[in-house]
Amino acid sequence: MSRPELQTPPELFYNDKMSKKYNSNSRMVGIQAEISDRCIELLNIPPGQSYFILDVGCGSGLSGEALEEAGHVWLGVDISRDMLDVANERETDFGDLCQHDMGTGLPFRPATFDGCISVSALQWLCYAQTSEQVAKTRLLRFFSSLYATLKRGSRAALQFYPDSTEQAVLISSCAARAGFTGGLVIDYPNSTKAKKYYLCLSFEHGYKTPAAKRAEPEGGAAAAKFDGGSRERRGHRGKPKKGKVAKTRNWVLAKKDQQRRQGRDVRDDNKFTGRKRKDKF
Amino acid sequence: MRLITHNMLKSNIKGVESGYPLGIEVVKMEEQELEFNPDFIRNMLAKLEWDAFRAAATALEAGGELPEEVTEEMKGDEEVLRRVHHALMEVHLVEGELVCPETGRKFPVRQGVPNMLLHEDEI
Ligand SMILES: C[S@@+](CC[C@H](N)C(=O)[O-])C[C@H]1O[C@@H](n2cnc3c(N)ncnc32)[C@H](O)[C@@H]1O
Repeated sequence: MSRPELQTPPELFYNDKMSKKYNSNSRMVGIQAEISDRCIELLNIPPGQSYFILDVGCGSGLSGEALEEAGHVWLGVDISRDMLDVANERETDFGDLCQHDMGTGLPFRPATFDGCISVSALQWLCYAQTSEQVAKTRLLRFFSSLYATLKRGSRAALQFYPDSTEQAVLISSCAARAGFTGGLVIDYPNSTKAKKYYLCLSFEHGYKTPAAKRAEPEGGAAAAKFDGGSRERRGHRGKPKKGKVAKTRNWVLAKKDQQRRQGRDVRDDNKFTGRKRKDKF
Repeated sequence: MRLITHNMLKSNIKGVESGYPLGIEVVKMEEQELEFNPDFIRNMLAKLEWDAFRAAATALEAGGELPEEVTEEMKGDEEVLRRVHHALMEVHLVEGELVCPETGRKFPVRQGVPNMLLHEDEI
């Protein structure tokens, strides 16, 4: 089974059934709340301030709930009406909703929002559903419109699930081309399960991306940096090659993690995970 | 949809120049009480398109008594801030249409959620 992004457009994948299921899976709800809190933390808002925050790919409103708890007013944008209907049923006081496809550019006038978060949605832009919807064009439209609609001096923290390093680089470089400074913060880089990518964006030149959280103190460089001023190479990257994958332990762990995210029942990892089975028993 | 959202929304149909502000056709509106946060309203005053806000408040019959322009004094006037709060945060367009000022294209609002999705030939 491959990623849902490869199979169906988001508005069909997040249909009525899926939206309700998504919202009632308590494990999923916990993870999304944790990521939302981390995004809000990464915006570095002065304590006690109540800001107007854009939530891109707001889905069923879990991230909105976190924004509200942190004292902010928010506007959630999502392409799936079914997800928005679930969000609408939630008792949120300080949020509004809007149906829109971020890949066509956000429909807001300039310098309106004090910040932006996005939880587990950005990777959807990388999968073109029709020939017109080229991933890069959609990413650029999204980031340029985000750049315009954020108040100067504000920040964005966008958590997403890249399916390859190339994809993470493509997303970051499109943000840089739109004019943002910033980079990727990778929390728990050494854990297959807990590893999370946050694209942290700012208007400041010389903005230093916040420190990543790590399970173990040692480990490789977790924050990759770029600067909007120095444009990244624009070389076209083809689709990641498909074909046979060696089912290594890491591959299996990543796969299982992916299936968990889709809300499926997956066996816990242990030391046997991904080991070759004996031919005969 | 609150007026705070309406104040930010524009039509981004291909070829449209500003696409702002969106006209409002009201079918159904609702009022819902919300905690008043004067600091938030003060912050928003700097960012609101005031004329669009007043026009929208009039369309929703939510603010006959809004000042003609934003002044320094009004930031310290709780009475006025509360009126802004009411029109901005407590009045909801539940059913209706948002209308692109340049093309006349209507964006439907259903159950409080505006549908700003573009058709393929509008992108
Ligand atoms: C994994 S869900 C996350 C929802 C929510 N942020 C949360 O944490 O619970 C991804 C969401 O992204 C939305 N999405 C996907 N592509 C989108 C697009 N092009 N524009 C707007 N939203 C999109 C989907 O409809 C879905 O609700």
